[in-house]
Amino acid sequence: MNGTLRISLTVNGVRHEKDVEPRLLLADFLRETLGLTGTHVGCEHGVCGACTVLLNGDSVRSCLTFAVQLDGAEIETVESLGTVEDLSPLQQAYREHGALQCGFCTPGMLMTSVDLLKKYPLASDEEIREGLSGNLCRCTGYAHIVDAVRAVAKARVKTGDGGKP
Amino acid sequence: MKPPAFEYVAAGSVDEAVSLLVQHDGEAKVIAGGQSLVPMLNFRLLSPAVLVDLNRIPGLDGVSEHEGGLRIGALTRHRTLETSEIVKARFPVLNAAMQFVAHLAIRNRGTIGGSLCHADPAAELPTIAVLLDAEIEAAGPKGERVIAAQDFFESALSTTLEEDEIVTGVRLPALPAQTGWAFEEFARRSGDFGIAGVGVTIALDGNAVAEARVALLGVGQTPIRARAAEKILHGKQHDAELIAAAAQAAASAAEPEDDLHGSADYRRHLVGVLTRRALAAAWDRAAEAAA
Repeated sequence: MNGTLRISLTVNGVRHEKDVEPRLLLADFLRETLGLTGTHVGCEHGVCGACTVLLNGDSVRSCLTFAVQLDGAEIETVESLGTVEDLSPLQQAYREHGALQCGFCTPGMLMTSVDLLKKYPLASDEEIREGLSGNLCRCTGYAHIVDAVRAVAKARVKTGDGGKP
Repeated sequence: MKPPAFEYVAAGSVDEAVSLLVQHDGEAKVIAGGQSLVPMLNFRLLSPAVLVDLNRIPGLDGVSEHEGGLRIGALTRHRTLETSEIVKARFPVLNAAMQFVAHLAIRNRGTIGGSLCHADPAAELPTIAVLLDAEIEAAGPKGERVIAAQDFFESALSTTLEEDEIVTGVRLPALPAQTGWAFEEFARRSGDFGIAGVGVTIALDGNAVAEARVALLGVGQTPIRARAAEKILHGKQHDAELIAAAAQAAASAAEPEDDLHGSADYRRHLVGVLTRRALAAAWDRAAEAAA
Protein backbone atom coordinates (compact mmCIF):
# COMPACT_ATOMS: atom_id res chain seq x y z
CA MET A 1 0.00 0.00 0.00
CA ASN A 2 2.92 2.33 0.61
CA GLY A 3 5.37 2.78 -2.17
CA THR A 4 8.89 4.01 -1.82
CA LEU A 5 10.06 7.49 -2.68
CA ARG A 6 13.43 8.40 -4.13
CA ILE A 7 15.72 10.67 -2.14
CA SER A 8 19.11 12.04 -2.97
CA LEU A 9 21.25 13.26 -0.09
CA THR A 10 24.85 13.62 1.03
CA VAL A 11 26.14 11.64 4.00
CA ASN A 12 29.65 12.42 5.22
CA GLY A 13 30.44 14.00 1.87
CA VAL A 14 29.23 11.05 -0.19
CA ARG A 15 26.17 11.43 -2.42
CA HIS A 16 23.53 8.69 -2.14
CA GLU A 17 20.38 8.09 -4.15
CA LYS A 18 18.01 5.64 -2.51
CA ASP A 19 14.40 4.56 -2.63
CA VAL A 20 12.98 4.69 0.88
CA GLU A 21 9.76 3.73 2.57
CA PRO A 22 8.23 6.90 4.12
CA ARG A 23 8.30 5.47 7.64
CA LEU A 24 12.05 4.74 7.53
CA LEU A 25 13.72 6.73 10.30
CA LEU A 26 16.95 8.53 9.47
CA ALA A 27 18.70 6.43 12.15
CA ASP A 28 17.66 3.20 10.40
CA PHE A 29 18.44 4.64 6.98
CA LEU A 30 22.00 5.33 8.15
CA ARG A 31 22.45 1.95 9.84
CA GLU A 32 20.47 -0.40 7.64
CA THR A 33 20.46 1.19 4.20
CA LEU A 34 23.94 2.72 4.22
CA GLY A 35 25.61 0.38 6.74
CA LEU A 36 26.86 3.32 8.84
CA THR A 37 26.46 1.66 12.22
CA GLY A 38 28.33 4.35 14.16
CA THR A 39 24.99 6.05 14.82
CA HIS A 40 23.39 4.18 17.71
CA VAL A 41 19.69 3.64 18.33
CA GLY A 42 18.69 3.80 21.98
CA CYS A 43 15.22 4.90 23.03
CA GLU A 44 13.63 5.69 19.65
CA HIS A 45 11.65 8.58 21.08
CA GLY A 46 14.11 11.41 21.30
CA VAL A 47 15.11 11.10 24.94
CA CYS A 48 18.50 9.37 25.06
CA GLY A 49 20.40 11.26 22.35
CA ALA A 50 22.45 8.23 21.20
CA CYS A 51 21.27 8.70 17.60
CA THR A 52 22.24 12.39 17.33
CA VAL A 53 23.68 13.38 13.94
CA LEU A 54 24.12 16.68 12.12
CA LEU A 55 21.49 17.71 9.55
CA ASN A 56 22.72 20.62 7.43
CA GLY A 57 25.17 21.37 10.26
CA ASP A 58 22.66 21.26 13.15
CA SER A 59 22.41 18.40 15.64
CA VAL A 60 19.16 16.45 15.38
CA ARG A 61 17.74 13.20 16.69
CA SER A 62 17.90 10.77 13.77
CA CYS A 63 15.14 8.71 15.44
CA LEU A 64 12.77 11.70 15.14
CA THR A 65 13.44 12.44 11.48
CA PHE A 66 12.26 10.46 8.46
CA ALA A 67 14.77 9.81 5.68
CA VAL A 68 12.07 10.66 3.14
CA GLN A 69 12.07 14.27 4.41
CA LEU A 70 15.74 14.74 3.63
CA ASP A 71 15.98 15.01 -0.14
CA GLY A 72 18.87 17.39 -0.84
CA ALA A 73 20.09 17.39 2.77
CA GLU A 74 23.61 17.03 4.10
CA ILE A 75 24.08 14.61 6.98
CA GLU A 76 27.18 14.12 9.11
CA THR A 77 27.53 11.14 11.40
CA VAL A 78 30.20 10.13 13.90
CA GLU A 79 32.04 8.46 11.01
CA SER A 80 32.75 11.96 9.67
CA LEU A 81 34.88 12.94 12.66
CA GLY A 82 38.04 10.83 12.63
CA THR A 83 39.34 7.32 12.23
CA VAL A 84 40.81 4.91 14.76
CA GLU A 85 44.27 5.81 13.46
CA ASP A 86 43.54 9.52 13.20
CA LEU A 87 41.08 10.70 15.86
CA SER A 88 39.57 14.19 15.68
CA PRO A 89 40.67 16.54 18.49
CA LEU A 90 37.30 16.01 20.20
CA GLN A 91 37.59 12.23 19.97
CA GLN A 92 41.17 12.48 21.22
CA ALA A 93 39.94 14.51 24.21
CA TYR A 94 37.27 11.89 24.95
CA ARG A 95 40.01 9.22 24.93
CA GLU A 96 42.42 11.21 27.09
CA HIS A 97 39.77 12.00 29.69
CA GLY A 98 38.23 8.55 29.80
CA ALA A 99 34.93 9.97 28.62
CA LEU A 100 33.49 6.60 27.67
CA GLN A 101 33.13 3.15 29.07
CA CYS A 102 30.71 0.99 27.11
CA GLY A 103 30.64 3.53 24.29
CA PHE A 104 26.96 3.22 23.46
CA CYS A 105 26.17 6.90 24.04
CA THR A 106 29.48 8.13 22.60
CA PRO A 107 28.47 8.78 18.97
CA GLY A 108 25.57 10.93 20.14
CA MET A 109 27.71 12.62 22.80
CA LEU A 110 30.34 13.45 20.19
CA MET A 111 27.93 14.83 17.60
CA THR A 112 26.13 16.85 20.29
CA SER A 113 29.50 18.17 21.49
CA VAL A 114 30.38 19.24 17.94
CA ASP A 115 27.19 21.32 17.71
CA LEU A 116 27.55 22.71 21.24
CA LEU A 117 31.12 23.81 20.53
CA LYS A 118 29.87 25.50 17.36
CA LYS A 119 26.98 27.37 18.99
CA TYR A 120 27.85 28.13 22.61
CA PRO A 121 30.86 29.64 24.38
CA LEU A 122 30.88 26.73 26.89
CA ALA A 123 32.77 28.98 29.28
CA SER A 124 31.42 27.25 32.40
CA ASP A 125 30.85 23.66 33.45
CA GLU A 126 27.21 24.56 34.04
CA GLU A 127 26.86 25.50 30.39
CA ILE A 128 28.57 22.28 29.27
CA ARG A 129 26.38 20.17 31.55
CA GLU A 130 23.25 21.98 30.37
CA GLY A 131 24.32 21.35 26.77
CA LEU A 132 24.97 17.65 27.32
CA SER A 133 21.87 17.13 29.45
CA GLY A 134 19.88 15.78 26.50
CA ASN A 135 22.23 12.82 26.13
CA LEU A 136 22.10 9.92 28.55
CA CYS A 137 25.18 7.99 29.67
CA ARG A 138 24.76 5.12 32.13
CA CYS A 139 28.48 4.42 32.74
CA THR A 140 30.62 7.47 33.25
CA GLY A 141 28.61 9.66 35.57
CA TYR A 142 29.19 12.41 32.98
CA ALA A 143 32.13 14.00 34.81
CA HIS A 144 34.72 12.72 32.33
CA ILE A 145 32.60 13.73 29.36
CA VAL A 146 32.36 17.24 30.79
CA ASP A 147 36.15 17.17 31.28
CA ALA A 148 36.70 16.26 27.63
CA VAL A 149 34.37 18.95 26.27
CA ARG A 150 35.86 21.54 28.62
CA ALA A 151 39.37 20.68 27.40
CA VAL A 152 38.35 21.20 23.76
CA ALA A 153 36.47 24.43 24.57
CA LYS A 154 39.52 25.76 26.44
CA ALA A 155 41.98 24.75 23.72
CA ARG A 156 39.73 26.54 21.24
CA VAL A 157 39.90 29.76 23.27
CA LYS A 158 43.70 29.46 23.57
CA THR A 159 44.32 29.00 19.85
CA GLY A 160 41.47 31.26 18.76
CA ASP A 161 40.49 28.35 16.57
CA GLY A 162 36.77 28.31 15.97
CA GLY A 163 37.29 25.47 13.51
CA LYS A 164 36.00 21.95 13.46
CA PRO A 165 36.57 20.22 16.78
CA MET B 1 9.54 0.87 18.31
CA LYS B 2 9.21 1.74 14.66
CA PRO B 3 6.39 3.90 13.29
CA PRO B 4 3.48 2.34 11.43
CA ALA B 5 3.40 2.66 7.64
CA PHE B 6 2.02 5.85 6.10
CA GLU B 7 2.05 7.71 2.83
CA TYR B 8 4.11 10.88 2.67
CA VAL B 9 3.53 14.12 0.81
CA ALA B 10 5.72 17.21 1.04
CA ALA B 11 3.32 20.11 0.50
CA GLY B 12 4.63 22.97 -1.63
CA SER B 13 2.20 25.57 -0.29
CA VAL B 14 -0.29 26.14 2.53
CA ASP B 15 -3.15 25.76 0.01
CA GLU B 16 -1.80 22.41 -1.11
CA ALA B 17 -1.38 21.25 2.48
CA VAL B 18 -4.97 22.25 3.31
CA SER B 19 -6.32 20.48 0.19
CA LEU B 20 -4.45 17.34 1.21
CA LEU B 21 -6.01 17.49 4.68
CA VAL B 22 -9.47 17.97 3.14
CA GLN B 23 -8.88 15.16 0.64
CA HIS B 24 -7.82 12.68 3.34
CA ASP B 25 -10.67 13.67 5.63
CA GLY B 26 -9.24 13.15 9.11
CA GLU B 27 -6.80 10.42 8.05
CA ALA B 28 -3.84 12.77 7.51
CA LYS B 29 -1.51 14.35 10.07
CA VAL B 30 0.64 17.40 9.59
CA ILE B 31 4.36 17.13 10.35
CA ALA B 32 6.51 20.20 10.99
CA GLY B 33 9.53 19.66 13.27
CA GLY B 34 8.23 16.24 14.24
CA GLN B 35 9.69 16.39 17.73
CA SER B 36 6.37 15.53 19.39
CA LEU B 37 4.68 13.71 16.51
CA VAL B 38 7.44 11.21 15.70
CA PRO B 39 7.72 9.88 19.27
CA MET B 40 3.94 9.33 19.18
CA LEU B 41 4.30 7.52 15.85
CA ASN B 42 7.21 5.44 17.16
CA PHE B 43 5.11 4.48 20.19
CA ARG B 44 2.25 3.74 17.76
CA LEU B 45 -0.06 6.04 19.66
CA LEU B 46 -1.00 7.45 16.25
CA SER B 47 -1.31 5.79 12.86
CA PRO B 48 -2.23 8.38 10.25
CA ALA B 49 -2.71 7.15 6.67
CA VAL B 50 -0.83 10.17 5.34
CA LEU B 51 1.79 12.57 6.66
CA VAL B 52 1.65 16.05 5.14
CA ASP B 53 5.07 17.66 5.54
CA LEU B 54 5.14 21.47 5.89
CA ASN B 55 8.94 21.79 5.87
CA ARG B 56 9.19 22.57 2.14
CA ILE B 57 6.64 25.39 2.18
CA PRO B 58 8.48 28.63 1.45
CA GLY B 59 7.90 31.65 3.71
CA LEU B 60 6.30 29.74 6.58
CA ASP B 61 9.10 30.58 9.02
CA GLY B 62 10.67 33.76 10.35
CA VAL B 63 10.06 36.56 12.85
CA SER B 64 8.74 39.90 11.58
CA GLU B 65 7.25 43.17 12.82
CA HIS B 66 3.47 43.18 13.08
CA GLU B 67 1.40 46.17 14.25
CA GLY B 68 3.89 47.12 16.93
CA GLY B 69 4.28 43.51 18.05
CA LEU B 70 5.75 40.52 16.31
CA ARG B 71 4.53 37.83 13.97
CA ILE B 72 6.25 34.47 14.16
CA GLY B 73 5.83 32.06 11.24
CA ALA B 74 4.55 28.62 12.23
CA LEU B 75 7.66 26.84 10.93
CA THR B 76 10.05 29.00 12.97
CA ARG B 77 12.40 26.66 14.85
CA HIS B 78 12.88 26.87 18.60
CA ARG B 79 16.57 27.57 18.00
CA THR B 80 15.64 30.67 15.97
CA LEU B 81 13.43 31.98 18.79
CA GLU B 82 16.14 31.17 21.35
CA THR B 83 18.68 33.31 19.47
CA SER B 84 16.45 36.02 17.91
CA GLU B 85 17.56 39.53 18.94
CA ILE B 86 14.19 41.07 18.13
CA VAL B 87 12.42 38.48 20.29
CA LYS B 88 14.81 39.22 23.13
CA ALA B 89 14.21 42.97 22.77
CA ARG B 90 10.42 42.88 22.45
CA PHE B 91 9.41 39.79 24.39
CA PRO B 92 12.22 38.94 26.79
CA VAL B 93 9.82 36.63 28.64
CA LEU B 94 9.63 34.49 25.49
CA ASN B 95 13.43 34.50 25.25
CA ALA B 96 13.62 33.45 28.91
CA ALA B 97 11.12 30.64 28.37
CA MET B 98 13.10 29.32 25.38
CA GLN B 99 16.00 28.57 27.72
CA PHE B 100 13.80 25.86 29.25
CA VAL B 101 12.73 24.25 25.97
CA ALA B 102 14.15 20.73 25.65
CA HIS B 103 17.68 20.25 24.35
CA LEU B 104 19.67 21.73 21.47
CA ALA B 105 18.99 18.85 19.05
CA ILE B 106 15.25 19.19 19.71
CA ARG B 107 15.36 23.00 19.50
CA ASN B 108 17.16 22.78 16.15
CA ARG B 109 14.18 20.97 14.71
CA GLY B 110 11.05 21.75 16.73
CA THR B 111 8.73 24.57 15.61
CA ILE B 112 6.43 27.02 17.37
CA GLY B 113 3.46 25.95 15.24
CA GLY B 114 4.09 22.33 16.13
CA SER B 115 4.43 23.04 19.83
CA LEU B 116 1.16 25.00 19.90
CA CYS B 117 -0.73 22.36 17.93
CA HIS B 118 0.64 19.53 20.06
CA ALA B 119 -0.77 21.49 23.03
CA ASP B 120 1.16 19.84 25.82
CA PRO B 121 0.13 21.81 28.93
CA ALA B 122 3.64 21.37 30.34
CA ALA B 123 5.30 22.91 27.26
CA GLU B 124 6.63 26.46 27.39
CA LEU B 125 5.27 27.90 24.13
CA PRO B 126 1.56 27.24 24.78
CA THR B 127 1.96 28.90 28.19
CA ILE B 128 3.75 31.88 26.66
CA ALA B 129 1.04 32.16 23.99
CA VAL B 130 -1.64 32.32 26.69
CA LEU B 131 0.44 34.77 28.77
CA LEU B 132 1.02 37.13 25.85
CA ASP B 133 -2.57 36.96 24.53
CA ALA B 134 -1.16 35.58 21.29
CA GLU B 135 -3.34 35.38 18.21
CA ILE B 136 -2.94 32.15 16.32
CA GLU B 137 -3.40 32.29 12.54
CA ALA B 138 -5.03 29.25 10.99
CA ALA B 139 -5.64 28.44 7.32
CA GLY B 140 -8.39 26.05 6.27
CA PRO B 141 -10.65 25.26 3.32
CA LYS B 142 -12.88 28.24 4.22
CA GLY B 143 -9.94 30.62 4.30
CA GLU B 144 -8.02 32.12 7.16
CA ARG B 145 -9.06 32.87 10.72
CA VAL B 146 -7.36 34.11 13.86
CA ILE B 147 -7.85 32.27 17.15
CA ALA B 148 -7.08 33.84 20.53
CA ALA B 149 -4.61 31.64 22.44
CA GLN B 150 -7.07 31.50 25.33
CA ASP B 151 -9.62 29.83 23.01
CA PHE B 152 -7.09 27.64 21.21
CA PHE B 153 -6.17 25.17 23.94
CA GLU B 154 -9.07 22.85 24.67
CA SER B 155 -7.50 20.20 26.88
CA ALA B 156 -4.24 18.25 27.08
CA LEU B 157 -3.00 17.54 23.53
CA SER B 158 -6.23 18.97 22.09
CA THR B 159 -6.94 22.30 20.42
CA THR B 160 -9.89 23.99 18.73
CA LEU B 161 -8.08 23.77 15.39
CA GLU B 162 -10.19 21.83 12.87
CA GLU B 163 -8.76 18.67 11.32
CA ASP B 164 -8.43 20.39 7.95
CA GLU B 165 -6.79 23.55 9.31
CA ILE B 166 -3.11 24.41 9.61
CA VAL B 167 -1.50 26.96 11.90
CA THR B 168 0.47 29.38 9.73
CA GLY B 169 1.71 31.90 12.28
CA VAL B 170 1.44 33.45 15.70
CA ARG B 171 0.94 37.16 16.41
CA LEU B 172 2.21 38.60 19.66
CA PRO B 173 0.56 41.97 20.41
CA ALA B 174 2.93 44.61 21.81
CA LEU B 175 3.30 44.89 25.59
CA PRO B 176 3.02 48.30 27.32
CA ALA B 177 6.31 50.24 27.57
CA GLN B 178 6.85 49.79 31.32
CA THR B 179 6.41 46.05 31.45
CA GLY B 180 8.44 43.78 33.68
CA TRP B 181 8.45 40.04 33.16
CA ALA B 182 9.68 36.76 34.56
CA PHE B 183 9.55 33.10 33.69
CA GLU B 184 10.15 30.43 36.32
CA GLU B 185 10.05 26.70 35.83
CA PHE B 186 11.10 23.71 37.87
CA ALA B 187 12.11 20.39 36.31
CA ARG B 188 14.06 17.53 37.85
CA ARG B 189 16.43 17.41 34.89
CA SER B 190 17.45 20.29 32.64
CA GLY B 191 15.38 20.29 29.46
CA ASP B 192 12.68 17.94 30.74
CA PHE B 193 9.06 19.01 30.82
CA GLY B 194 8.53 21.17 33.88
CA ILE B 195 6.78 19.84 36.97
CA ALA B 196 5.36 23.34 37.26
CA GLY B 197 6.14 26.74 35.80
CA VAL B 198 4.85 30.27 35.55
CA GLY B 199 5.20 33.24 33.23
CA VAL B 200 4.24 36.72 34.42
CA THR B 201 4.18 40.27 33.13
CA ILE B 202 3.56 43.39 35.18
CA ALA B 203 2.94 46.76 33.53
CA LEU B 204 3.24 49.79 35.79
CA ASP B 205 1.56 53.16 35.52
CA GLY B 206 3.64 55.26 37.89
CA ASN B 207 3.95 53.03 40.93
CA ALA B 208 0.70 51.19 40.44
CA VAL B 209 0.02 48.04 38.46
CA ALA B 210 -1.76 48.92 35.22
CA GLU B 211 -1.92 45.32 34.09
CA ALA B 212 -0.66 42.03 35.50
CA ARG B 213 -0.71 38.66 33.80
CA VAL B 214 0.03 35.28 35.30
CA ALA B 215 0.09 32.07 33.23
CA LEU B 216 0.74 28.62 34.71
CA LEU B 217 2.49 25.67 33.10
CA GLY B 218 2.12 21.96 33.76
CA VAL B 219 -0.61 22.19 36.37
CA GLY B 220 -3.78 21.60 34.36
CA GLN B 221 -5.21 20.29 31.12
CA THR B 222 -4.20 23.52 29.38
CA PRO B 223 -2.03 26.50 30.24
CA ILE B 224 -3.96 28.43 32.91
CA ARG B 225 -4.33 32.20 33.24
CA ALA B 226 -4.57 32.90 36.96
CA ARG B 227 -7.12 35.73 36.60
CA ALA B 228 -7.82 35.98 40.33
CA ALA B 229 -4.10 36.57 40.99
CA GLU B 230 -4.05 39.21 38.25
CA LYS B 231 -7.05 40.98 39.80
CA ILE B 232 -5.41 41.08 43.24
CA LEU B 233 -2.46 42.99 41.75
CA HIS B 234 -4.42 45.38 39.55
CA GLY B 235 -4.09 49.04 40.57
CA LYS B 236 -1.92 48.22 43.58
CA GLN B 237 1.50 49.44 44.67
CA HIS B 238 4.44 47.21 45.54
CA ASP B 239 3.96 45.20 48.70
CA ALA B 240 5.41 41.83 49.65
CA GLU B 241 2.14 40.73 51.27
CA LEU B 242 0.25 41.59 48.12
CA ILE B 243 2.65 39.44 46.08
CA ALA B 244 2.22 36.59 48.56
CA ALA B 245 -1.57 36.88 48.26
CA ALA B 246 -1.40 36.86 44.46
CA ALA B 247 0.94 33.83 44.54
CA GLN B 248 -1.56 32.08 46.81
CA ALA B 249 -4.35 32.89 44.36
CA ALA B 250 -2.23 31.46 41.52
CA ALA B 251 -1.69 28.26 43.51
CA SER B 252 -5.48 28.04 44.00
CA ALA B 253 -6.02 28.49 40.26
CA ALA B 254 -3.80 25.49 39.47
CA GLU B 255 -5.57 22.23 38.68
CA PRO B 256 -2.69 19.78 39.10
CA GLU B 257 -2.89 16.00 39.13
CA ASP B 258 -0.67 13.40 40.76
CA ASP B 259 1.79 11.70 38.48
CA LEU B 260 5.19 9.98 38.59
CA HIS B 261 7.01 13.30 38.76
CA GLY B 262 5.14 14.90 41.61
CA SER B 263 1.94 14.92 43.61
CA ALA B 264 -0.84 17.44 43.01
CA ASP B 265 -0.11 19.04 46.40
CA TYR B 266 3.56 19.41 45.56
CA ARG B 267 2.79 21.01 42.21
CA ARG B 268 0.34 23.43 43.78
CA HIS B 269 2.95 24.38 46.36
CA LEU B 270 5.50 24.88 43.59
CA VAL B 271 3.13 27.19 41.72
CA GLY B 272 2.88 29.39 44.81
CA VAL B 273 6.65 29.54 45.29
CA LEU B 274 7.47 30.10 41.61
CA THR B 275 4.74 32.74 41.21
CA ARG B 276 5.96 34.66 44.24
CA ARG B 277 9.51 34.68 42.84
CA ALA B 278 8.33 35.58 39.34
CA LEU B 279 6.11 38.44 40.51
CA ALA B 280 8.91 39.91 42.62
CA ALA B 281 11.37 39.74 39.71
CA ALA B 282 8.85 41.12 37.22
CA TRP B 283 7.95 44.00 39.50
CA ASP B 284 11.64 44.90 39.88
CA ARG B 285 12.07 44.86 36.12
CA ALA B 286 8.96 46.98 35.59
CA ALA B 287 10.24 49.51 38.15
CA GLU B 288 13.62 49.60 36.38
CA ALA B 289 11.89 50.16 33.03
CA ALA B 290 9.92 53.01 34.58
CA ALA B 291 12.97 54.64 36.20
